[in-house]
Amino acid sequence: MLQGHAKIVDFIATAEGVTGRKKLQKMIYIMKKLDIPFQEKYEFHIYGPYSEELTARVEELCDMGFLSEALEDKGSYVQYKYSVTEEGQEFRKVLGESILDNPLTAEKLNSKSGRFLELTATLLYFDQLNKQEQIDKLHVVKGKLNFTAEEIDEAFAFIEELRT
Amino acid sequence: MSYATQKLAEEKVFKDPVHRYIHVRDQVIWDLINSREVQRLRRIKQLGTSYLVFHGAEHSRFNHSLGVYEIVRRISDDIFHGRPEWDESERLVVLCAALLHDLGHGPFSHSFEKVFALDHEEYTRKILLGETEVNEILQKVSTDFPTKVAEVIAKTYSNKQVVSLISSQIDADRMDYLQRDAYYTGVSYGHFDMERILRVMRPLDDQVVIKSSGMHAVEDYIMSRYQMYWQVYFHPVARSAEVILRKILQRAKELSASGYKFEQPPTHFLSFFDQSFTLKEYLALDEGVLMTYFQLWMTERDPILADLCDRFVNRRLFQYVDFDPGKDYKKLGELAELFQSAGIDPEYYLIDDSTSDLPYDFYRPGEEEERLPIHLLMPNGDIKELSRLSQIVDAISGKRRTDYKLYFPAELLIDGKKTAIKQQILEMLREGGV
Repeated sequence: MLQGHAKIVDFIATAEGVTGRKKLQKMIYIMKKLDIPFQEKYEFHIYGPYSEELTARVEELCDMGFLSEALEDKGSYVQYKYSVTEEGQEFRKVLGESILDNPLTAEKLNSKSGRFLELTATLLYFDQLNKQEQIDKLHVVKGKLNFTAEEIDEAFAFIEELRT
Repeated sequence: MSYATQKLAEEKVFKDPVHRYIHVRDQVIWDLINSREVQRLRRIKQLGTSYLVFHGAEHSRFNHSLGVYEIVRRISDDIFHGRPEWDESERLVVLCAALLHDLGHGPFSHSFEKVFALDHEEYTRKILLGETEVNEILQKVSTDFPTKVAEVIAKTYSNKQVVSLISSQIDADRMDYLQRDAYYTGVSYGHFDMERILRVMRPLDDQVVIKSSGMHAVEDYIMSRYQMYWQVYFHPVARSAEVILRKILQRAKELSASGYKFEQPPTHFLSFFDQSFTLKEYLALDEGVLMTYFQLWMTERDPILADLCDRFVNRRLFQYVDFDPGKDYKKLGELAELFQSAGIDPEYYLIDDSTSDLPYDFYRPGEEEERLPIHLLMPNGDIKELSRLSQIVDAISGKRRTDYKLYFPAELLIDGKKTAIKQQILEMLREGGV
């Protein structure tokens, strides 16, 4: 029961907090693509893989008091930082085992920027295509972001690293 | 004349209770409607288990798919036709995407997807691109045409106007299902002035906008959607039936894995249990097949499978209470232990379920680009987001409503066995303990 909620709490606790809603969205998506059994359903929402269910679940966890949501003013934009509260840690303990075989994955993902994770998630979304087709599709759906060849190479290397 | 532009000798019309008539002139559309994969949608109900609450809700995804096609046909042929901002060459791809957008739904869509970790959108893509009649027909238009249709449905197509017609906060899909589901359930909430909305839709840059004079019709549409979600789609009794359906499939899977000898072996499900199923096997499943198994399994030796199937087939559904998971999650654990002590397996008979909806959303810091808002086209050519002008929409924008329920078999708790424990359970369930 409430296992889906517990997995999100566990992930954010393991990552020691996540800053940025978009970043959290892409991190969970990438984890799903690594066959880590998160339950949230993703769709392509004009600008990338996005889960309405994840957004809902995070809001619910904040309402339940298991996650805290702090607004960080970055000058020209604002970002939300999510961290696990004491009640959330207790909830995590009661609800059982972690699904993260390797906590390093959470740390690695958290060390990357939102832009880089958006790029990685989008490439993974098209992973049924060959490499060149993935890149072509990336430029179609995210043309405005002007990802460079170096960034794209780095993202492919990162995917390989996560998969090994 | 190429296959893409080939017309039928005579227009075909389908009588439809929502749109009165559905008009087909294109050979491609006619051929698609007659394909195996589209005909299969007749055997999948649009509203899953809702027919157990609203007895009229027996309509299928086939009806709905035709309805979405008809709305998009009207937009393309009547509303957008001749407008310089609309690319006429996109007509066929958007019509095909409208007709085929739900092709990948399995039987009792969402319950089936949850148990077997499937995604119907992925199967829509596989049907469009795999060895199917639909793919053969689309290939006749051009070799890249199946991919184009798949991209529109997956929202990754380059022309965002085309994507918006099928999938946005005011799209043909929603406009059809709200009206259709209201009609078949018999409720009065889902109705709105679609004619007015269609007349004021305009293609503009990479989106579809609404002339500001149509704002009140859009307000009505948003409120209709809000009402339909809470009165029909999230009805707690229909959710009870869904919970039981999920548990039947889970039980069959578990029994199969444990080596249990079924009297009626789950032949059609075996490849789903180990995730080895083929596209052909996926397409072979429909609600008729599932219901046949459920009827036969009512006499299985396994008491849990037999009981759950009997509950679903004969509508002996679980009772429910509200609960607050933030406060009560530890008590859920206690309840599960009490169920176990009373000889009732909590895995199958004590189930939490939550649902939530966001009626309209336009902006959320950090997710600015995730949702395409509804934009109004002002008389001076300016674009304004809907909730900035509409007080009604502003009042419900960004406000999520969530409902948590705990489902259980009430009659098993008053059957005279282990009464003390069961009494304790009932007190926890009914007196605010949970």
